[in-house]
Amino acid sequence: MRGWTLQRTTEARAPSPDLATRINGALRRLPVWVVYLLGALPALWLFVQAATNTLGIDPVREIEHRLGELGLQFIVGGLVVTPLRRTLGVNLLRFRRAIGLIAFFYVLAHLAAWLVLDMGLLWQQALADIWKRPYITMGMAGFLMLLPLALTSNTWSIRKLGGARWRWLHKLVYPAALAGAVHYLWLVKAWPVEPFLYLGGIVALLTVRVWFARGRLFQG
Amino acid sequence: MTYRFKTPLTWADVTPKATFLNRRQLMAGAAALLATPALAKLSYAPSRYSTDEAPNSLEEISGYNNFYEFGTGKEDPKANSGAFKPDPWAVQIDGMVDKPGSYDLADILGGVALEERIYRLRCVEAWSMVVPWIGFQLSTLLDRVGVQPGAKFVAFETIVRPEEMPGQRRAILDWPYREGLRLDEAMHPLTILATGLYGEELPNQNGAPIRLVVPWKYGFKSIKSIVRISLTDGEPPATWKQLQASEYGFYANVNPEVDHPRWSQASERRVGAGLFAGRQPTQMFNGYGDEVAGLYAGMDLAKNY
Repeated sequence: MRGWTLQRTTEARAPSPDLATRINGALRRLPVWVVYLLGALPALWLFVQAATNTLGIDPVREIEHRLGELGLQFIVGGLVVTPLRRTLGVNLLRFRRAIGLIAFFYVLAHLAAWLVLDMGLLWQQALADIWKRPYITMGMAGFLMLLPLALTSNTWSIRKLGGARWRWLHKLVYPAALAGAVHYLWLVKAWPVEPFLYLGGIVALLTVRVWFARGRLFQG
Repeated sequence: MTYRFKTPLTWADVTPKATFLNRRQLMAGAAALLATPALAKLSYAPSRYSTDEAPNSLEEISGYNNFYEFGTGKEDPKANSGAFKPDPWAVQIDGMVDKPGSYDLADILGGVALEERIYRLRCVEAWSMVVPWIGFQLSTLLDRVGVQPGAKFVAFETIVRPEEMPGQRRAILDWPYREGLRLDEAMHPLTILATGLYGEELPNQNGAPIRLVVPWKYGFKSIKSIVRISLTDGEPPATWKQLQASEYGFYANVNPEVDHPRWSQASERRVGAGLFAGRQPTQMFNGYGDEVAGLYAGMDLAKNY
């Protein structure tokens, strides 16, 4: 019943097929390397700002936080692909690997910034913090979940693992995204708005998937 | 020099409210006349309590701090404090004192000799700075108002002015911001009320016109823009402790061995030290142990954090 209702609403909400088709046609002509290039721009900008000392009074914190936030933003971008296709018919699937890999590299850079710039390579304290501080544990767990996804984000791995297993493995991005958002929320004092927006957005994007899955189930 | 003019009133003679209000208008006028940049320079003496560590720049100190009344970001206080009016200003001193009343800032400053105190500042968030405050010992003010024998604590309150302090328009914290000290901590010579920074009056974002500085405690104890000081016999409320008692205690002494539940306090990052400066070890009582450790003799500092 629920699935049927959802099916109807999504169809009703979809714009005229012409528009989606036209967007998809334009996207097909867009080479994937353009996405990688666009994804690298914020990193490049950050590097230029660091080199010219225009990152404000505490550049270490600025670099660390901005890299982390970029990681979250690209994770959210990756999670948007499927709902966008199912609701509006716009197909970004071809770019999803690039979006995911860019997200991973920002998270990796965020981790490196924490370890090198913030912790100053105090390995003992860093390891103790990963173990003892829940928000750092959470961030680290998110990173570790993204790691196998980044390593298998290539056609060879998909072939080797087989589509079903590969898809199953890549569902790890859901807990990883949640871990990232909770990691952000857990480290702030008082209750600023931004971490709630990320967590709320990610929860919404995951909830939409549950609805889709149920819809498919009921349909079948 | 603005603060140093004479008033006809003495400390023995507590100002009646009507007179006080009247005089405040006069002084607002006088202050407006005198408020030229050249006169904003304060005169002060150096202090043996100053550290010889290099102070952070005025830009760093006034451009990067926590003052949630102006927003939760560290650049917010500078960006959002332009409309704040620290003049005229009066501090209500009450509770267990011989001479309670509303004291005009000029009254308070009329009887003190300003000193420069270059102190380390350690934030509970594990960053630190070195700040050249201008101020005077809190003990001199408490002595002048006469602390009554039963008093054991000093409570402080920040002004509430949502129209000038945009952060107060949201209930991020339970306004007014409150803090407190044990009486012996308040009377300690290291504890000062600061009215200046780098030889000039405090910028709004750093707690103008008068704030507490307790260098051996985490920064949040050093309450800003004070409008009320009360002597009490019980432990006064403290804003961060009220919000999250498991993370922020009443004492909040800098202590590398007692971690914040969510992060280590063993080391700190000196703001302005450069991209690859790394961290430095945090010192017990922020390096003021020789002076203040005796205040806590026999206390379990892991419990009384």
